[in-house]
Amino acid sequence: MYETKYHRASTVSDAAAMLKNADDGKLLSGGQTLIPTMKQRLAAPSDLIDLRHIGEISGIVKQADGSIRIGAATCHADVAGNEDIKAVLPGLADLAGTIGDPHVRHMGTIGGSVANNDPAADYPAALLALGATIETNKREFSAQDFFTGMFETALDEDEIVTAVVFPVASNTAYAKFPNPASRYAMAGVFVAKTGAGARVAVTGAGQDGVFRMPDMEKALDGNWSADAVAGMAPSADNMLSDLHGTAAYRANLVTVMAKRAVAASS
Amino acid sequence: MTAEGIGARVLRKEDKRFITGNGRYTDDMTMQRMGHAAFVRSTHAHARIKSINTDDAMKMPGVDAVLNGHQLVADGIGNIICGWMIHSKDGSPMNMGAYRALESETVRYVGQAIAVVVADTQQQARDAAEAVVVEYEDLPAVVDSLDALKDGAPQLHPEAAGNLIYDWEIGEEAPTDEAFANAAHITRMDIDNNRLVPNPMEPRSALAHFDPSEEHYTLYTTSQNPHVARLVLSAFYNVAPENKLRVVAPDVGGGFGSKIFIYPEEIACLWATKRVGRPVKWTSDRTEAFLTDAHGRDHHSTAELALDANNKITGFRVKTVANLGAYMSLFSSSVPTYLYATLLSGQYNIPNIYANVKAVYTNTTPVDAYRGAGRPEATYVVERMMETAAKEVGMAPAEFRRINFVREFPHQTPVIMAYDAGDYEASLDAAMKAIDYDGFAQRRTQSEAAGKLRGIGMSCYIEACGIAPSQAVGSLGAGVGLWESAEVRVNAVGTIEVLTGSHSHGQGHETTFAQLVSDRLGLPTESISIVHGDTDKVQMGMGTYGSRSGAVGMSAIAKALDKVEAKAKKIAAHLMEASEGDIEIENGELKVTGTDKKLTFTEVSLAAYTAHNLPEGMEPGLKEGAFYDPTNFTFPAGCYICEVEVDPDTGVVSIENFVAADDFGTIINPMIVEGQVHGGLVQGIGQAMLENTQYDEDGQLLTASYMDYTMPRADDVPSFTLETTVTECPGNPLGMKGCGEAGAIGSPPAVINAVTDALGIRDMNMPASPNRVWQLIQDNGMKQAAE
Repeated sequence: MYETKYHRASTVSDAAAMLKNADDGKLLSGGQTLIPTMKQRLAAPSDLIDLRHIGEISGIVKQADGSIRIGAATCHADVAGNEDIKAVLPGLADLAGTIGDPHVRHMGTIGGSVANNDPAADYPAALLALGATIETNKREFSAQDFFTGMFETALDEDEIVTAVVFPVASNTAYAKFPNPASRYAMAGVFVAKTGAGARVAVTGAGQDGVFRMPDMEKALDGNWSADAVAGMAPSADNMLSDLHGTAAYRANLVTVMAKRAVAASS
Repeated sequence: MTAEGIGARVLRKEDKRFITGNGRYTDDMTMQRMGHAAFVRSTHAHARIKSINTDDAMKMPGVDAVLNGHQLVADGIGNIICGWMIHSKDGSPMNMGAYRALESETVRYVGQAIAVVVADTQQQARDAAEAVVVEYEDLPAVVDSLDALKDGAPQLHPEAAGNLIYDWEIGEEAPTDEAFANAAHITRMDIDNNRLVPNPMEPRSALAHFDPSEEHYTLYTTSQNPHVARLVLSAFYNVAPENKLRVVAPDVGGGFGSKIFIYPEEIACLWATKRVGRPVKWTSDRTEAFLTDAHGRDHHSTAELALDANNKITGFRVKTVANLGAYMSLFSSSVPTYLYATLLSGQYNIPNIYANVKAVYTNTTPVDAYRGAGRPEATYVVERMMETAAKEVGMAPAEFRRINFVREFPHQTPVIMAYDAGDYEASLDAAMKAIDYDGFAQRRTQSEAAGKLRGIGMSCYIEACGIAPSQAVGSLGAGVGLWESAEVRVNAVGTIEVLTGSHSHGQGHETTFAQLVSDRLGLPTESISIVHGDTDKVQMGMGTYGSRSGAVGMSAIAKALDKVEAKAKKIAAHLMEASEGDIEIENGELKVTGTDKKLTFTEVSLAAYTAHNLPEGMEPGLKEGAFYDPTNFTFPAGCYICEVEVDPDTGVVSIENFVAADDFGTIINPMIVEGQVHGGLVQGIGQAMLENTQYDEDGQLLTASYMDYTMPRADDVPSFTLETTVTECPGNPLGMKGCGEAGAIGSPPAVINAVTDALGIRDMNMPASPNRVWQLIQDNGMKQAAE
């Protein structure tokens, strides 16, 4: 790891100022991707601005309209164990409980995860399927607009994610096929019945990061059952291919995980 | 026999310090004024080095020196050796390319050390190493051994035309060919053995110190055999004469073979410490471990089995190409020859065997011994062939094995080995019973009803351990003798230190070895300490590998104990005015048979050291040493059966049950043996299902971290069912055979035999990864599970 300066921010505006003053600063929000990258000497930020101790962006609130607001600095373990989330969006709690291992779940945060938008991260599937809103220190985004490509989001360089708001939904479930080595998702499928209809979002498999499966959504609108999606797969042309899974294999996994998620949701 | 003696499940004495974080590893050591080393490594698999510019690096903060291979050669540091000479079938010696600790002309694998930086801190050293500018002229690279043998392949070493290191053979070719000419059935297969990265939990580390006033070096290092390291460093690398070089291998966190060898980094640290005038420490990071720890396996084989009309094996013919990487590591030459092809007879009576092995250079990390070393490769070939041949001739796999088992001992195979004892049917029966083999058909039906594919596969392995009679291995080309040493030091108050040339890096020797002494003298293990791993404390020894520390290392202790007991009896007889032949040792006392006269062991020890009243002419003291040279290899054997269920939707293979029935001869501590078997099984299952080292065509290692290299995790394996059968080894005083490698040797074919059985296919490569299994299901048109 190269030398770097660590700053602990106590407010969001504090963090924004620290970032502005840094030569080549990076926001740290759990560091479960950034720190290993720095240890490999593949990233060398001059300053690290830690968001994890900012009280105003931490914690989980069930709002008056039933939606769940999760502060960006909330760790995965807190999401996995939250009683409100388990009652209202059990698929989301389950998803958080499958991220990494216990160490990762107690350090990694939802804000860090969505801002990084790793194509194999779990959260983007939930955000996209549930039509979540991403709040920042400047504005808010719909999940559809937020995730723009592999490791790419609509965030400005100096923009800080402050919260993610999940509207109510039913029949939420997440099925993940983990990479045998890294245990990141090779295909993770989140399904839900939302106010806007059935939703199916896929992470880990696509070349451009998280994506929806409109055919499956339409089929599920008419018949919420595993059989309804059994014959549907994304085009292998758009799938990732690597040592652990060919594009064809990943396309197949999307179908299988979608079936399993639907089966688990009812 | 005592409560802590042979056969007792004594808890490991060493675990208190390990579990409480008080182990003392090389990287825990620190010295005043210690500098830190970092290596400049090749980023190219094959390239000529045009220049090495160290100007910027030298100016960086804290940097003491940036040293390269020109300086190393100028200082007379010798090339890295290979300690086992193999001759090709035409009689010519193996073709060995020059291997320097720091390469300054042509690099041949990614990660090869080019220069070393010494600085005040590790961080500074790494920063400076990054600032060294190496200018390369790219050369074409070759990573697969079959490609390396082709005409026009990139050539690695001028000494090895066609990249061929040797073209070796064993067995009789003509009679084997005749067996095939007369065969009623021939089974033929191409069989690959995938390359593995050892991944001990503790990465390699070295701390070197030079004392100019004494001209004396000390090296703390992660070694399985510090005495051999000292010998080689002194005799071949010209670091210092042996009496001026102390090598200490303190607590070592796993080796699996990869810490047998002398690597460039240890040599460079020893050389650099004198040049910079301060202690120098280097500790590998995990990426360096992936790139530079000697890898294991990597064979391509073609095997043919000839059967007569009664399905008895009449001939076995194997051609193997072994990838040894870019350079020959310390024992690399012996692994695909005398540690491999000598086991091709398996547990079977095969009258004719012929094997040909070509060893090949490629632009990859050097390959050497890794848990099992040659024997997993042999067992995989033999047991895949047995399974396939059985199915081809329509016999149950167990029955086909039964009719071909060796049943009379000693048994001379056509490939050197003389099996001394065994009962292969006993372990087969034990394993089949434990897994309820007869109930498999019903379990398969249940799986099918759930949309799953179920399979069962077995592996009847044999291996050769306790390496080995010095005279025999010497005649086969080994550069060292493979005896072991021990010294039993009885203190004046009757406590004991045992100095052993074996080295413990996870095997639990501090417990097991103490149990032997406890068994013999009737003393509690807490009064017995095992000392190892320091050339200043312990006499020359050969170290720990090849499952030899029980059969060879403990036999040396037993021999030393014979001498201690004999002298103690003489003293006791003298003191009690009895005949020496009437003295017996029991429960820590020396008794005169048939009387109530006795002395405690402490009283006798004290008498030995006060020397006030010893037999006429006897020297004071009670301390005896022994060197034990075995008369033969030992032959652990057993039967492993694996039962799997395959999810056809995803290709995921789950091991539903795994039974290991082993014959290790005498077992000192069943708990430790079970731990060794568990670890070995997980490594073997890792090879069969998860681990796969892959290079791209340019020679870049693609699986260079745990993000891509699949190490087995606890949830990848089931709870194992272990059985033991016992035939004592007649070749050593304790009847021991060795247990450290069996699990890794026997398990891969059992897993693949089960997976191919589940899929209903003849052949597949390891590892049985989900993607590969799913693809095989697609290719073979198996129907998807109905839901």
